[in-house]
Amino acid sequence: MHELGVVFHIMDSLEAVAKENDVTRIQSVTIEVGEVSTVIPHYLTDCWAWAIKKRPLLTDCRMKVEILPAVTYCEGCGTEYGTVAHGRICPNCGSEKTWLLKGNELNIKEIEVI
Amino acid sequence: METVRILQIKQSIFANNDAQADKLRSELKEKGIFLLNLMSSPGSGKTTTLTRLIEALKEELKIGVMEADIDSDVDAKTIAAAGVKTIQLHTGGMCHLDAAMTRQGLEGLDAGDADLVVLENVGNLVCPAEFDTGAVKNMAILSVPEGHDKPLKYPLMFQVCDVVLINKIDVAPYFDFDMEKCADYIHMRNPRAKIFPICARTGEGVDAVAGWLKEEVLKWKKGES
Repeated sequence: MHELGVVFHIMDSLEAVAKENDVTRIQSVTIEVGEVSTVIPHYLTDCWAWAIKKRPLLTDCRMKVEILPAVTYCEGCGTEYGTVAHGRICPNCGSEKTWLLKGNELNIKEIEVI
Repeated sequence: METVRILQIKQSIFANNDAQADKLRSELKEKGIFLLNLMSSPGSGKTTTLTRLIEALKEELKIGVMEADIDSDVDAKTIAAAGVKTIQLHTGGMCHLDAAMTRQGLEGLDAGDADLVVLENVGNLVCPAEFDTGAVKNMAILSVPEGHDKPLKYPLMFQVCDVVLINKIDVAPYFDFDMEKCADYIHMRNPRAKIFPICARTGEGVDAVAGWLKEEVLKWKKGES
């Protein structure tokens, strides 16, 4: 939902990294997106393609997206299960007392530079 | 031929914003300004609640307000009529404010001598929760017609909030809103969240919120929080 804002933050971070490492061009950036991070990968890449045209360091920079699976923990019975498949109610015991263990990530993993 | 190198970054996309927010918070602490980030869905009563809080606190605290919207200045006009310094921020299509935009807003507001600045964030239960604005406390409003299940549907918003106002309690008889369940759902995401049932239209419950806010502002100014 806020992919454009996320893109601006990625661009700012990469410009800072480039400055620190004397990089003049970034060829690609790999982003890790948790399954339930609220970011939709193809919106993210669409926003990226539009936004990078205005930043010389990034004009040819391709965005690769890696999806990280979401896992929920059930306080009731200790089961760990796939969040996307089962939602917030534990498929094992039916408890609502569940917590997201992972799947909320939004990370810059690495960049390819020349 | 040019060689391609891989640089491992392994950093949250929000790391830069978080750092800017922390910096802003420590500057505000030095200046003795308490920044409150007010978030909710559209139409839950942010502006009406804020008007009530201003009425309750404006004799005791110097207050400034930043109204963030994608467009229009209707809320800023309403707040200015309540008699406090106000600035309208337009996000240019963005669904949230981040720390850098908040800093610009504070500069524009020229709130150097304020005790309390309230940032009325864009009406949205999703995006504003992801971006730390630099605020000292986050407040969310959930109104009765929205339903008591919202903390389950928008968990991050309720996880990042220090205080949740349940607004429009006057219309509760007409809705299937379960206050106890709502509190349970909020506390599942955030056991420390304070919950105040209010009706901004009639003013019911607003004094308790104003009391909490005043206490937090004074603690912040004394360096106790």
